Amino acid sequence: MSQLVLRLKAFGNSELAWRFRNSPPVIFAAVVLIVLVFCAAAASLIAPHNPFDPATLNIMDARLPPVWIDGSSSTYLLGTDEQGRDLLSTIFYGMRVSILVGIAAVAFSMTIGVALGLIAGYLGGWVDTVIMRLGDIQLSFPTIMIAFFIDGVAKIVMPIGMREEMRFYVVILAIGVADWVQFARTVRAATMIERRKDYVAAARISEVSGVRILLAHILPNTIGPVLVLATLGLGVAILTEAILSFLGLGMPPSQPSLGTLIRAGNDLLLSGEWWISLFPGAALVLLVLAVNIVGDWLRDVLNPRLR
Amino acid sequence: MISLLATRLTSVILVMLVVSALSFSIFNFLGDPVNNILGVNATLAQREELRVALGLDQSTFVQFWRFVERAVVGDFGVSYRNRQPVVDLILARLPATLELVMCATVIALAVGIPMGVYTALKPRGLLSRSLQFGSLLGISMPQFLIGMLLILVFSVELRWLSAFGRGEVVKLGWWTTGMLTTSGLKALIMPTITLAVFQVSMIMRLVRGEMLEVVRTDFVKFARARGLSDRAVYLTHALRNSLLPVITITGLQIGSLIAFAIVVEAVFQWPGMGMLILQAIEFADFPVMAAYLAFVGFSFVTINLIVDLIYLAVDPRLRAK
Repeated sequence: MSQLVLRLKAFGNSELAWRFRNSPPVIFAAVVLIVLVFCAAAASLIAPHNPFDPATLNIMDARLPPVWIDGSSSTYLLGTDEQGRDLLSTIFYGMRVSILVGIAAVAFSMTIGVALGLIAGYLGGWVDTVIMRLGDIQLSFPTIMIAFFIDGVAKIVMPIGMREEMRFYVVILAIGVADWVQFARTVRAATMIERRKDYVAAARISEVSGVRILLAHILPNTIGPVLVLATLGLGVAILTEAILSFLGLGMPPSQPSLGTLIRAGNDLLLSGEWWISLFPGAALVLLVLAVNIVGDWLRDVLNPRLR
Repeated sequence: MISLLATRLTSVILVMLVVSALSFSIFNFLGDPVNNILGVNATLAQREELRVALGLDQSTFVQFWRFVERAVVGDFGVSYRNRQPVVDLILARLPATLELVMCATVIALAVGIPMGVYTALKPRGLLSRSLQFGSLLGISMPQFLIGMLLILVFSVELRWLSAFGRGEVVKLGWWTTGMLTTSGLKALIMPTITLAVFQVSMIMRLVRGEMLEVVRTDFVKFARARGLSDRAVYLTHALRNSLLPVITITGLQIGSLIAFAIVVEAVFQWPGMGMLILQAIEFADFPVMAAYLAFVGFSFVTINLIVDLIYLAVDPRLRAK
């Protein structure tokens, strides 16, 4: 326990913490991010209504505007959507799906990328060439295009009965596969430097297995930049998911993400019911903006070139 | 320089091979061409006849080779959905998308570069800080949301601009352009802005970052020591050296503009290639999907190659090698 306190104190005195305390916008973004993640994680506890319980829905309450506009109802703070669901509650639940998909997709591409990067950097030779060439080929396509195609093809190929429940995994896979290259490149470069160092030679002499050298010795020394990339990648992944959902290729209406909610509201925009699409949109922008500000700040602080 | 070109060309060929293999797999393995052309009620003999006619009885490799041969001359078969040759469908939609992408690129460069220079030279000013924040907003905001906001303000509230379509277009041979009529130009405004916001922010941030690094280098200090005016130091020495990565990124960004155009076209019902591929996915129209993939792959590869050539022309260090 006292060990933990000491560690926390050491972190509090570190440069990272000092810089954090001295950048108000970043503190603000971090607070916003924590609040949003809390709302999403605790959606089932704090949401005023349960939008997925048909028994509580009343179609007479459909398309009500937010409370500060005439004709609204005080039970629905941000108004209701086409099916009479409370918009604030659906946003909480939708944000949960968006964040989950984003984190899972980044974790997925990080795992593939780090593994391939370690292998390519450590083994070198033709393995390295094949992996990195594959990366080059993939990089000549924008990530969104790759995710779009994997997702579109998967949507058609899946048996109809499984389409809806499998969407969650398909979307994660599509975004994850589309974005591994930058992780692989970073880790490969770091691994090539690390493997020449004495501690690796020492480990090799003591007959530590290659896998163990990679995972226990080299990996921890390459992980810093990877975490920055992951933070920045999270914003992109959440946006990509929103785009796929908006195009009707992402999360289904039965399990909506913020993108799905915006898509549903888009049809009602021209009839003037702007809140149904713009409130989920605002939540999405706030979320991605907060992630990007924190990610940008981390990159600047950890990048020695900018000091 | 020759070896550089040679590696580039090999990678082009490699990429195109992978792309055509993927495109061929979509075309061949996902849809059953026989079922799609004849319908489910055809007799076995009819099916067999068509299979031979299409070459489906040959080995996969021979089929792949034939697919590539036909693709090279632009023959991607017939769309399952509306029975027209796929290449005609794509050519009819191409001008709409290309005009959108080109306009957005021009705006992105014309607005993004000056903003980047300004924010790099006056990093503490109020305008710089707001531009910096605006650009963060610009890369955090999905295109469809920007488009929807524009529609809400200019179509629903103010009723100035139409929320969908290309307006009136003029035919120039097979190309159609909306840039020669008032309604066509008006229709371009909102989709172009929507598509350009992300690129403007991106280029601004890039130019700013590069400028900040270049300004610290010795040759800029030396230029200042020589007593050159600020203008000469920043605009000729610093900016020129900051623009190299901008060329690469702009080139690559044209690729992602083609991708993001799918979103913008969906918002504004813009009759381009993005709408075509969305409909193709919806109706499992595999020939169109295969052709789109091959076409997009080819354009990306070409753009990358052009970017490399420009790089070679601009950076004397590369030519000397």
